[in-house]
Amino acid sequence: MSQQLYLSSSPHIHSGETTSDVMRAVLFSLLPACVVAVYFFGPPALAVLLIATLGCMAAEVICQCLMGQPVSSADGSAAVTGVLLAFNLPPTSPWWLTLLGAVIAIVIGKQVYGGLGSNPFNPALVARVVLLISFPVHMTTWSLPAPLGSGLDLVTTATPLGVWKNAVMLTGHAPPEMQAGTLSFFLGDMPGCVGEVSALALLLGAAYLFYRRILTWHIPVAYLGTVVLLSGIFWLVNPEKYPDPVFHLVTGGLILGAFFMATDMVTTPVSMTGMLVFGVGCGVLTVMIRLFGGYPEGVSFAILLMNAATPLIDRYTRPKAFGMPRGEGWR
Amino acid sequence: MLAAILSLGCIGLVAAIALGFAAKKFAVEVDPRELAVLEVLPGANCGACGFPGCAGYAKALVAGKIDLNQCPPGGAELVTQLANILGVEASAAAPEVAVVLCQGDNHRAQLKYRYLGLEDCTAAQKIADGPKSCPGGCLGLGSCQRACPFNAIEITPEGLAVISREKCTGCRKCISVCPRQTIRMTPLESTVHVLCNSHDKGALVRKYCQIGCIGCHICQKTVPQAYRVENFLAEVVYEEHLVAMEAIDKCPTKCIRDFATGYPDGSSLLPSTDPEKSDAA
Amino acid sequence: MAIKLKTFCGGIHPPGNKQWSAHKPIEDCPLPEEFIVPLAQHIGAPSTACVEPGQLVAKGQTIGAPKGFVSVPVHAPTSGEVVAVEPRPHPWGTSLPAVVIRPDGEDRWAEELEAADPNDLYPEDMVERVRLAGVVGMGGAAFPAHVKMSPPPEKKIHTLIFNGVECEPYLTADHRLMLEEPERILQGIALLRFIYGAERVVIGIEANKPDAIALLQAECKDTPVEVIALEVKYPQGAEKQLIAAVTGTEVPSGGLPMDIGVAVQNVSTAAAVTDAIIYGRPLIERICTVTGSAVREPKNLRIRIGTPLSHLVAVCGGLLEEPGKIILGGPMMGFTQTSFDVPAVRGSSGLLLLREEEVVCQAEGPCIRCARCVQGCPMHLLPTTIAAYARRNLVAEAAEYRAMDCIECGCCSYNCPATIPLVQAIRYGKAAIIAKKRALTL
Repeated sequence: MSQQLYLSSSPHIHSGETTSDVMRAVLFSLLPACVVAVYFFGPPALAVLLIATLGCMAAEVICQCLMGQPVSSADGSAAVTGVLLAFNLPPTSPWWLTLLGAVIAIVIGKQVYGGLGSNPFNPALVARVVLLISFPVHMTTWSLPAPLGSGLDLVTTATPLGVWKNAVMLTGHAPPEMQAGTLSFFLGDMPGCVGEVSALALLLGAAYLFYRRILTWHIPVAYLGTVVLLSGIFWLVNPEKYPDPVFHLVTGGLILGAFFMATDMVTTPVSMTGMLVFGVGCGVLTVMIRLFGGYPEGVSFAILLMNAATPLIDRYTRPKAFGMPRGEGWR
Repeated sequence: MLAAILSLGCIGLVAAIALGFAAKKFAVEVDPRELAVLEVLPGANCGACGFPGCAGYAKALVAGKIDLNQCPPGGAELVTQLANILGVEASAAAPEVAVVLCQGDNHRAQLKYRYLGLEDCTAAQKIADGPKSCPGGCLGLGSCQRACPFNAIEITPEGLAVISREKCTGCRKCISVCPRQTIRMTPLESTVHVLCNSHDKGALVRKYCQIGCIGCHICQKTVPQAYRVENFLAEVVYEEHLVAMEAIDKCPTKCIRDFATGYPDGSSLLPSTDPEKSDAA
Repeated sequence: MAIKLKTFCGGIHPPGNKQWSAHKPIEDCPLPEEFIVPLAQHIGAPSTACVEPGQLVAKGQTIGAPKGFVSVPVHAPTSGEVVAVEPRPHPWGTSLPAVVIRPDGEDRWAEELEAADPNDLYPEDMVERVRLAGVVGMGGAAFPAHVKMSPPPEKKIHTLIFNGVECEPYLTADHRLMLEEPERILQGIALLRFIYGAERVVIGIEANKPDAIALLQAECKDTPVEVIALEVKYPQGAEKQLIAAVTGTEVPSGGLPMDIGVAVQNVSTAAAVTDAIIYGRPLIERICTVTGSAVREPKNLRIRIGTPLSHLVAVCGGLLEEPGKIILGGPMMGFTQTSFDVPAVRGSSGLLLLREEEVVCQAEGPCIRCARCVQGCPMHLLPTTIAAYARRNLVAEAAEYRAMDCIECGCCSYNCPATIPLVQAIRYGKAAIIAKKRALTL
């Protein structure tokens, strides 16, 4: 025989889908939200997106070179982290802030733990929270969306959640004009981070990931369901003070968080039950931080806290093995 | 401000008292000799002594349950130290190093097939007895390298394990993981080895390896007392290692190597510059 | 689909690739120049050779005697001369003792084989005839059939399931057998039903074989045998998954189907049982699908046990190109072979030749915890966790995560985007667990 045969352990065929395919699909699914962001916030948003993405990729290459490891940025995971980081920054972020965020995400959020697959926390969220705590002014300067061609300058303002929190803190009541804009919030016409403004665009991307079977329904449904349920209870008890569940859904980073951040595979549980527990935990924490916390938005903190709980959740939510009595996984 | 200082101070004080009390009350009595023994042990927890770690060996030593020379990594020096601490007489076992009895890397030895799968020699061995045509040759997937607690094993770019004579402490971890028994313990004082582990007939060995022992007896004919050939495989009689050098150039397949002049080709290891070490015994 | 087809939880949907051979009628494979009949072809003790080089043997004559209860005899596939009794390359990877026979071309049956009227036989006689005929599970595992047919008296078998699922991609041997020789299968089913004394008899077939389902349903119309269409999903034909799909009951972890009163036999085993009990013919031939992208003309062949793979390839028009992998069995659980010198054995349901570009995938990457292995696992385990423990030699932890329940179906490795050899790692862990247990009992 002229060439040598391959031998291996079974199975001998593979689905053909690799890690970089998965990452590419995620990147693709984030495109609509990128387009909407650039539409509403113009060149600054594009700059944030580019700096964050290229910054993350560069940081990964430099890190791996320094550590003498094979460079793996072709797998696209650094790019995904970069885009997600950009989505979590205000469009007005100065370039150095974005770049710093990228370095933090890759170096502190990912590579120090051993790179792809080993990080306990979502790298993009680690960077966002570090920036939020270190540079509160820059990270909470919001601008009104100014659709391309409308000729308006960016006007500094507050996010809907911020407006609500301020009003509640000052008067104890929700601001009267708050309910007006649910539909425009849904479309993305609200102040906020680059990627979180348009729920519609994010849902479009998420739908693609569902179609590709990269997302499963467990975490988003558990997360959003819990938010709706819990915030609904508060709203029913005191509609004067607490916003309604729909407001919760369409404002802030909830949709982005539920579909793209809380579903980061590396930092979430592997079993179905574990994913449900994870989603419920994120939902409870988000509502609690939004309604009673010091920050108007709680999605990032909620997800990071649940990331920390992931090993524990994994431990206690093992699936019931075939042929074992019921309840065997819960030990 | 004052309240904060006071309250924190109080908490600190209470905690300090509690800790101090706990330290006295729950202190574990340890034989001071055990601590002293643990101090001089290498601390690699390699398990060569048969205990899970150095602490277990220390305990057994103090209890007098085990010989002092059960720690190959510590060598003769350790035995003297232990003898001093424990106040007993003891002599060290002759120091040994592990040697990979193969030079057939992917370049010199024929592959039976191309292996896909776990980077692990035992896993590869389970698939049609391993990818090398030679039944005893090094598979080069690095199981021994990963098992070595002393970082003494390198895998050459061509896929051959080579053990550093300087770093090897003789703990035998590599021997326990090698699925083909290619690694052997040899006396440290001998630098000459027949680097082949195939008992196949010469004609067959020639077919699959350029550098394997073909059992031609030339080494034995050159220096009869220093070599023995069994089952088509030559072996150095290590008691006579000093005269074994003479046969190296005579070997038609160059499978006898003197590590004092160099490690197998492809290895980045340099021969020992300190001849003292090999005479240490 | 109007009715939801029965199935199990988990599993994967690999491309079936059965179109190459599904429509090809079974062809009789001509005799090769030399038969290599391994003495170990079944799970259990290998048989011992009872012929010597130079001896003339007849077709069906016993050439290897069984050793112990979990063992079966081996028979001559044709008449001819024993050339050698020596170790030869074996599908399991090593060289194992085999009887090499050069056919004389007469293909003369041995005289001692006797047909029998099943009405005159007690179940025990039938089991004995099955044992003497060397019948093993033909699905691939090759477990001696007579052992499976003699459950201890306290384990009453109430449900007997016949496995016509053939969920492995590429393979169509059982499919063709069901289409072309249903009477052989049904006779065997009737015999096995009598032997087991089962009340319920089910033939499970994957829904991608509508012609076989329709044919068997028509044949079984007035019999108590049910023919059930099952969802097309791998590993639908794995014993435990098939039982779960058909009966809705799970075989307890570490237990056997007989613990819940069920027995499973392959449809081709049923056909072999017919031959053994009624005609007294030993298991010397089987249907084997020769297929794959490197074969010129994929075929379903009726082959004699011991036919070298090179002969099978030649009968199928040779190679289109040099294969990257030679696989005996299906692509999910088959064994790769080092050469074409290896013979096909009793468990060889297929010979699959894949091109190089189909078998080489990217280098292994880090696990991104995507949980596809978990979703695909038909045993509901956490493959990535078990594999990680196994690779670090954490034997107790791997066992704790139920490594021993793994059926090595390959769903996890198939799904893994990082192409981690999960099954191989788990297999490694299982071997370590068994070794540790053995060390503890000694």
